[in-house]
Amino acid sequence: MKLTKYLFAAALAGAALSFTSCDSSKKESKGALGGNLAERSFVAPGEHDEFYAFVSGGFSGQLSVYGLPSGRLFKVIPVFSVDGEKAYGFNEETKAMLNTSYGFVPWGDSHHPDISQTDGVLDGRWVFINENNTPRIARISLETFETVEIIEIPNTAGNHSSAYVTDNTEYVIAGTRFSVPVPQRDMPINEYKGNFKGALSFLKVDPESGEMDLSFQIMMPGFDYDKAHPGRGKSHGWFFYTTYNTEEAHTLLEVNASQNDKDFIAAINWKKIEEYVANGGGKMMPAKYAHNIYSDETHTATSTMKTEVLTVEPKDVPGAIYFLPTPKSPHGCDVDPSGEYIVGSGKLSANVTVHSFTKMLDAIENEKFAGEAYGIPILNFEDVLAGTVVQPGLGPLHTEFDGKGNAYTTFFISSEVVKWKLGTWEVIDRKPTYYSVGHLMIPGGNSRKPFGKYLVAMNKITKDRYLPTGPEVTQSAQLYDITGDKMELLLDFPTVGEPHYAAGIPADLVAPNSKKYFKLEDNKHPYATLNEKDVKVVRDGNTVHVYMTMIRSHFAPDNIEGIQEGDKVYFHVTNLEQDYDVPHGISMIGANTSELLIMPGQTETFVWNANNQGVWPFYCTDFCSALHQEMQGYVRVSPKGSDVPLKWSLDDE
Amino acid sequence: MKKSKIIMMLGAFLLLSLFVFPLWNITLEAPQYPEPLGMDIWINKIADHNPNDIKNINLMNHYVGMKEIPIHMPEFDIFPIVIGAMSLLGIIIGFIGKKGLYITWFVVMSILGSAGMYDFYAWEYEYGHNLNPKAAIKFMDKNGDPLAYQPPLIGNKTILNFKAKSWPMAGAYLMFIGMGLSVVAFIVDKKEDNS
Repeated sequence: MKLTKYLFAAALAGAALSFTSCDSSKKESKGALGGNLAERSFVAPGEHDEFYAFVSGGFSGQLSVYGLPSGRLFKVIPVFSVDGEKAYGFNEETKAMLNTSYGFVPWGDSHHPDISQTDGVLDGRWVFINENNTPRIARISLETFETVEIIEIPNTAGNHSSAYVTDNTEYVIAGTRFSVPVPQRDMPINEYKGNFKGALSFLKVDPESGEMDLSFQIMMPGFDYDKAHPGRGKSHGWFFYTTYNTEEAHTLLEVNASQNDKDFIAAINWKKIEEYVANGGGKMMPAKYAHNIYSDETHTATSTMKTEVLTVEPKDVPGAIYFLPTPKSPHGCDVDPSGEYIVGSGKLSANVTVHSFTKMLDAIENEKFAGEAYGIPILNFEDVLAGTVVQPGLGPLHTEFDGKGNAYTTFFISSEVVKWKLGTWEVIDRKPTYYSVGHLMIPGGNSRKPFGKYLVAMNKITKDRYLPTGPEVTQSAQLYDITGDKMELLLDFPTVGEPHYAAGIPADLVAPNSKKYFKLEDNKHPYATLNEKDVKVVRDGNTVHVYMTMIRSHFAPDNIEGIQEGDKVYFHVTNLEQDYDVPHGISMIGANTSELLIMPGQTETFVWNANNQGVWPFYCTDFCSALHQEMQGYVRVSPKGSDVPLKWSLDDE
Repeated sequence: MKKSKIIMMLGAFLLLSLFVFPLWNITLEAPQYPEPLGMDIWINKIADHNPNDIKNINLMNHYVGMKEIPIHMPEFDIFPIVIGAMSLLGIIIGFIGKKGLYITWFVVMSILGSAGMYDFYAWEYEYGHNLNPKAAIKFMDKNGDPLAYQPPLIGNKTILNFKAKSWPMAGAYLMFIGMGLSVVAFIVDKKEDNS
């Protein structure tokens, strides 16, 4: 009897639950229609979006470009992974971009894009983004929307606390998530503690060209350096890094690195270290790392292997580095637009901890230290604490700001975004995400000047949110309107790869600079053919170089004879068009590589091995014009030693 | 100096603006060209309205067998001499100050201008009608004759997917004003004689 009662009660509860959830979903869809939410993210055909969003592809290794508020995808920029569509990493010109001290690496794990700044305000010149697995930082030009530079970070493993820029893009930074022996050597893993190092790297950015140069590495204790943020405004000149595994565990980290009640935020006065280095401080050590630069004039990347790096020991620069105790393995490390508040999100905590920059300086001045770790002073938690957002959710990760005194924090475990007030620490609003949100992004929301109109939450899991696509389903981004007191969910859109983090910027700061085509007269590619009259085919032993051009709607030459079995044929193809949006492509049967997709004024090269006798066609792969289907040609391959002369023609001329 | 003399000299002087501003413009608009293609016609050259416009017009036109827009024509050598000479002549006439010469200058200019326009029309006709027989795309008009692609002398005209617009530019307007001033000078001079 009692059992039946319980069962009945349970059934009732179940019915109530399903009723509520059904009701709430109904309310949500009604709300979207009733409040014209759909209209607010609708950008009419032919109209432009208000913002660009550069969304990291995470494990896809790429960076995708979306418009906000529409959520429309414009382009996937290949950065750390090869891309057959754009021939990135396949053509002869870009292979060097993916060169590393470990050789050619075809894949990367892209994480945190950050847009260059001037005076702490987005300037829309470049996007920097880090690669976690083979530690690297890339720079993407916002004129060409192409990756123009990749630099490897030595002494680092898991380049996670990266790639953030200082107020004037003086530096872009890298930091090791996995501490390692420095220099690398054969040693027992269980001797980690006290022997492994955590390198934090500062890369100087040339203010004109944007080129990066690894200025110095700070050799920190062997913790995990998770996330980072530069000081802003009043705290400009400092950098803050969250740490976990201050236990220095080397195995079962999920338990052993979760023992300390508090880990640290490392506060680093980089201006002081910059000065120390400028005065000859630091020690050069051998290190091997690749520096790859792509030129828009030669349309070619070059890779240089660097051989040494300047290292700095914290103990040698007293007064430059401090530890701020922060509860529960802090992950997100975010600084508000004024530079006063440093938000540390203890990912195993229910609270969000906020430190005060002013209080930190005060504690340093009065030398109120709680102790030290490896010679680095530890400040008292209470002395630097500005406030705590109490129990806003579970598993706080990342915080961005709207520039109106509000902060927005994501909660991975409780799947929500929470809006709270700086200074009073009160929770103002919370909205669910679908599901398990990681980063969030407000355009300019990590700078001195946020454009606080939209917020994008990036979800790791979508389960039932979209039509299923087998075991692997899309990850997603969600767009909220944050202009009112309460956040409003406007749009939910799928992403390319894992939307790890994103950077947003008003379109009018970028769109006017977008390049339309490359000028032929500026083409300095060594194998460029700038005039159809100059096409030729040149034999050099078993190697043949074809100097080819393409223009609507033909290749020149389009008949090539005299190639012999066993030849290695380089097709150097120049697009002679000088008009916006007229790329041509080329590929050829039997090519062991990708197509080329060549922009107007550009030259690219693919290799074709003449393995078999016969007559082999090539064709244009991009629907370029009304006579695109006619844009084709043939290569005749004769037996080795054949007396068929090397000959090329167009229209038999 | 008499007012009419100044007006006449000013009118003749205005012809020189043709060395500074283009005479005419032909613009081609089409849906896939949100930024239209255009060429500016000067007395001594045909130039891109925006960089590479002529190259891109030629690229379009080759499909229907039209010749490339000429970089050089004999007219480009003759026109500057004629305009320079007429301007100088007009200034001299203004200096002499005989109203009969004013109106004679105007008539000569009108004849020369008409000849220029006819020459322009003849070139347009040739350009639009003399097509490569091997052209990839051949269209017929209602009568079954090959379609011509001649742009209008002045005004707008739809040619296939393009809207061709042909209108004078600053140089032509200033020349017209200059010619008009010679007539004004004639009238003013007459009034000056009467008073």
